[in-house]
Amino acid sequence: MAENNGYSLWYEFKKGLWQDIPPFRLVLGTCPTLAVTNSVINGFAMGMATLFVLLGSNIIISAIRKYVAPQVRIAAYVVIIALLVTVADMFLAAFFPPVSKALGPYVPLIVVNCIILGRAEAYAQKNPVVPSIMDALGIGIGFTMSLMVMGFIREILGFGSLFNIKLIPPSLFEPWIVMILPAGAFLVFGTLIAVVNYISSRKSAASDKA
Amino acid sequence: MEDKTNDKTEVKSAPEAPAGPGGARLFVTSSPHFLNNESVPKIMHTVVLALFPAMAASVYFFGFRALLLYAICIGACLLTEYAFQKYMKRPIKIYDGSAIITGILLAMTLPPGFPVFGAILGSVFAIGVGKQLFGGLGFNIFNPALLGRAFLMATYPVLTTTWVEPRTVQKAVDAVSAATPLALMKFEGKLTPILDLFTGNVAGSLGETSAIAILIGGLFLRYKGYVNWKLPLGYLGSMAIFSGIFWLIDPSKYPDPLFHLFAGGAMLGAWFMVTDMVTSPTTDIGQWIFAITGGIMAVVIRLFGGLPEGVMYSILFMNAFVPLLNKHTRPRVFGAIKAKAE
Repeated sequence: MAENNGYSLWYEFKKGLWQDIPPFRLVLGTCPTLAVTNSVINGFAMGMATLFVLLGSNIIISAIRKYVAPQVRIAAYVVIIALLVTVADMFLAAFFPPVSKALGPYVPLIVVNCIILGRAEAYAQKNPVVPSIMDALGIGIGFTMSLMVMGFIREILGFGSLFNIKLIPPSLFEPWIVMILPAGAFLVFGTLIAVVNYISSRKSAASDKA
Repeated sequence: MEDKTNDKTEVKSAPEAPAGPGGARLFVTSSPHFLNNESVPKIMHTVVLALFPAMAASVYFFGFRALLLYAICIGACLLTEYAFQKYMKRPIKIYDGSAIITGILLAMTLPPGFPVFGAILGSVFAIGVGKQLFGGLGFNIFNPALLGRAFLMATYPVLTTTWVEPRTVQKAVDAVSAATPLALMKFEGKLTPILDLFTGNVAGSLGETSAIAILIGGLFLRYKGYVNWKLPLGYLGSMAIFSGIFWLIDPSKYPDPLFHLFAGGAMLGAWFMVTDMVTSPTTDIGQWIFAITGGIMAVVIRLFGGLPEGVMYSILFMNAFVPLLNKHTRPRVFGAIKAKAE
């Protein structure tokens, strides 16, 4: 992309929201996308925890990028990310115990989330701090949005509720148990990837014509 | 010039030749070029005819409710097929009868008291996800009706396993709920008389009841030559032998092979789902492996799994192996010499 050369900060932010939206376009970070999105709140909490870790790791890694020897950079990144993940995990456990319990082992697993290491490798280690912050915010918010959309669909179909509030009376709608099972996660995930691909293929077809 | 070439390809291709995945129209097939008057609609409508005895039996045992479920499933399947083909700009072929079969088979896997919205949902999933998303008839990996049933089972685990006593639905509004012979066997250790299983006077899904009615339909299809005898024979035979081994080891703990053959969906699965032309292997050895392994899987799930019935998952599981079986059991081309492994 042409705008990339001139460090358009807005572009760095915006690309994570649609063009490079992590689970649907990059197909990265699918493990939490499938595992913890059976409700909107879980998706939001997971997204926020990831956003925090991503922001921290992008800032630190981009700040120290000139002082870390390339041979040991991955090890250094993992140590930094593990530190931030521990902070996020303990914070959730201390202030939001139910959410922490619902997310279970998936918060510690952010350490190996490929979005975070991917952004560190692909972006933060080559770019200054400020664009890295914008990149982290864009990707992190895009990831949170994706998880919330997944959670929205699965919660409304699987429980008939939203934000843990019963919306549809059980007499009108029999919840689809499959949607809160792993199989439902794959169904929703596949459908959403198809929808996103369809919209962007139409978008690019329209821009080709113009 | 452009137009002329297009015309040529149109003439060359057979009238029924489906457009390939990439829209290719020209199909070059190898010899022999036999001509016969079989076509997809003819085969499909014969299968529908073969399903009539089983449908009649289920209507006899479960009354109006069964008829309603058949109508809903067939209607929803046809509508879904039409909607998908129209939207995906494929040729509309809802009259070829394949969606009708999917609808009947799906209804046969449902309990008689199953709610209407669930039946519609299952039909939409079966045709939409199970068939049209893969590319339509001939391209689906899994049997669409079984996929719809599997989806419904995960979606409504309680409703899909709530059965009623036969011949009670029309007498009372709240039919007496009952357990299927397989569930009785698994959870309470009770054996149902073989004669009841054979005629169908037991609780179960619409197509799980009357073994004899399905057998009639299946043998009719065999007579017409639309069923490859290896598939039902391999499936039922391996079920009988494998369950017979356990029965001989401990007859007090494991039911006899006849019970396994006539209870549950074994007959329906063996005659109408294992033999699905699209989702079964094309080679002889592949068909034997497919059918025998499927039968063993079904018995393993019935005897040692968490579910009382394993026919559905055994067939879906084996469906996934069909491309692999087709690839690795390809017969030697006539005249070809095996390459030396040196």
